[in-house]
Amino acid sequence: MVRFEDVVLRYGNGPEILKRISLQFDPGSYHFLVGPSGAGKSSLLRMMYLAQHPTAGRVALFGRDVAGLSRRETALLRRRIGVVFQDFRLLDHLTARENVALPLHISGQAGGRSAKDVEELLAWVGLADHMDALPPTLSGGQKQRVAIARAVIARPSLLLADEPTGNLDDRMAVRLLYLFEELNKIGTTVVIATHNESLVERFRHPVTRLRDGEAVEFDAGPAPRPQAGTA
Amino acid sequence: MPARRPGRRPEPPDVMAAASKARGRLRKPVPLDRDVSGRYLPLLVAIMVYLAALALAGALSVNKLAARWDSGLAGALTLQIPAEAAAATDGPALDALTQALAATPGVLAVEPMDAQEMTALLEPWLGDAVVAGDLPLPRLVAVTIDTGGPPDMEALRATAQELAPGSLLDDHQRWLARLLDLARAVEIMAAVVVLLVVAAACIMVAFVTRMGLAAHNRAIELLHLIGAQDSYVARQFQNHALSLGLRGGLLGFLCALPTLYLARFLLQRIDTGLLPELRLEPHEWSLLVLLPVAAALVAMLTARITVLRTLARMP
Ligand SMILES: Nc1ncnc2c1ncn2[C@@H]1O[C@H](COP(=O)(O)OP(=O)(O)OP(=O)(O)O)[C@@H](O)[C@H]1O
Ligand SMILES: [Mg+2]
Repeated sequence: MVRFEDVVLRYGNGPEILKRISLQFDPGSYHFLVGPSGAGKSSLLRMMYLAQHPTAGRVALFGRDVAGLSRRETALLRRRIGVVFQDFRLLDHLTARENVALPLHISGQAGGRSAKDVEELLAWVGLADHMDALPPTLSGGQKQRVAIARAVIARPSLLLADEPTGNLDDRMAVRLLYLFEELNKIGTTVVIATHNESLVERFRHPVTRLRDGEAVEFDAGPAPRPQAGTA
Repeated sequence: MPARRPGRRPEPPDVMAAASKARGRLRKPVPLDRDVSGRYLPLLVAIMVYLAALALAGALSVNKLAARWDSGLAGALTLQIPAEAAAATDGPALDALTQALAATPGVLAVEPMDAQEMTALLEPWLGDAVVAGDLPLPRLVAVTIDTGGPPDMEALRATAQELAPGSLLDDHQRWLARLLDLARAVEIMAAVVVLLVVAAACIMVAFVTRMGLAAHNRAIELLHLIGAQDSYVARQFQNHALSLGLRGGLLGFLCALPTLYLARFLLQRIDTGLLPELRLEPHEWSLLVLLPVAAALVAMLTARITVLRTLARMP
């Protein structure tokens, strides 16, 4: 599903943010991406949703090398990827409902049951009373939930969530991670970048830890904790 | 009352939300209708359509005038007998001339203008002197010929010379050719004006579209990230340009109507066959009505092409 081979990333002439990252996320798998702030989690995800080209190395999605994609192919590929951006990126002039419906509108799936789906999803993330609110009138956590709903509304094959629970209380965070769990059960590959170690522990999934530009993978199970002091 | 009025200040959130809910449709993902361009573009398009409408109406009526001159004068000759010779060709001599001309094959009718006619014709210009008979006037004879089988002009001239020495047979061709040249030139100028107006409109719309692309670059980036193709983004811009262009075009067209009406009124008052009439036929009206539509389409196409080309150049 996602395959990185010796991927190097630097912005401009800056330092190498990521050095020779190789990783593979299989279809239907569920991964956490952790690492200190500034480690490059968002950068790694950006390459996965094709917003950033690697400086060197190869990125393949859905079994295709993304280097030679045309603009049209890129667009079509992105429709199969749901993204929760770290900064939400909601359109401020559209209501929560409209923001969530946007991916359906873009891929021509709007109409029919879609309005109902949007409402149900918004209700599920606890925004039944805010469907027609504009993002600037929403709290950080509420915006985040709109962003999550928008990322999953089109049932993507690959879900990339950058710090999706950063603004949520633990109860809501767990609820949303269960949503991702459900999506994962129906086949969606899920990658979540997060700081929240307790969530990582609670949901037993493979963890990729970014550190000094390198990626280290850990299997699920009783999560090995290489660092001391987190107990 | 419809809650959303494009091109105005953003309205309070709840009103807008209610509007969208009522219509059950997604509002435009790129909020172009809040740009200032929405206020200026229609005005500029209006001015351009106004100018183009005047140019087009002018060209059409000059064209018709030329056609009228052409058909009105085809087949009409004028025999001019100079004043000195006029006295000698009175009465029987004139009758003889008339008969000789009428007998020439290809001539349909010969009609000498009598003195009163001439006086009536010239009095407004030359005043009492004509009436008093002080002024030597040439004599004019109108000759109508069969355009299908015209007479031998040289023979006709010779006949006239013989019976009325010094006379001139004028087939108006030189004069007509110059008028037709003038009409042609006016038409070409009008076409150039219309083309320039179209070019200016294209440049303007392209400029406004590029500004819009820059202003909404965050929203457009997001649309791309969630899978929008360039054509989806282009659609936002082209629909916007279409509606602005249509609004401006109609405004310009509506403003052109009273102007044309006034021009027609002023021309009619002069009451001479030499000036264009500015009376347009239905099919010519439909050409004029097409102007605002064409303006809107040009705006739409320009916006689309601008967006597609600009986006294609992005990484
Ligand atoms: N557009 C950019 N231009 C230059 N440098 C950038 C850019 N985006 C990120 N960086 C740098 O890359 C590094 C990694 O940033 P990134 O956002 O990927 O970190 P992160 O792991 O997501 O951090 P956080 O947990 O705080 O979100 C940082 O040092 C940052 O300064
Ligand atoms: Mg980040």
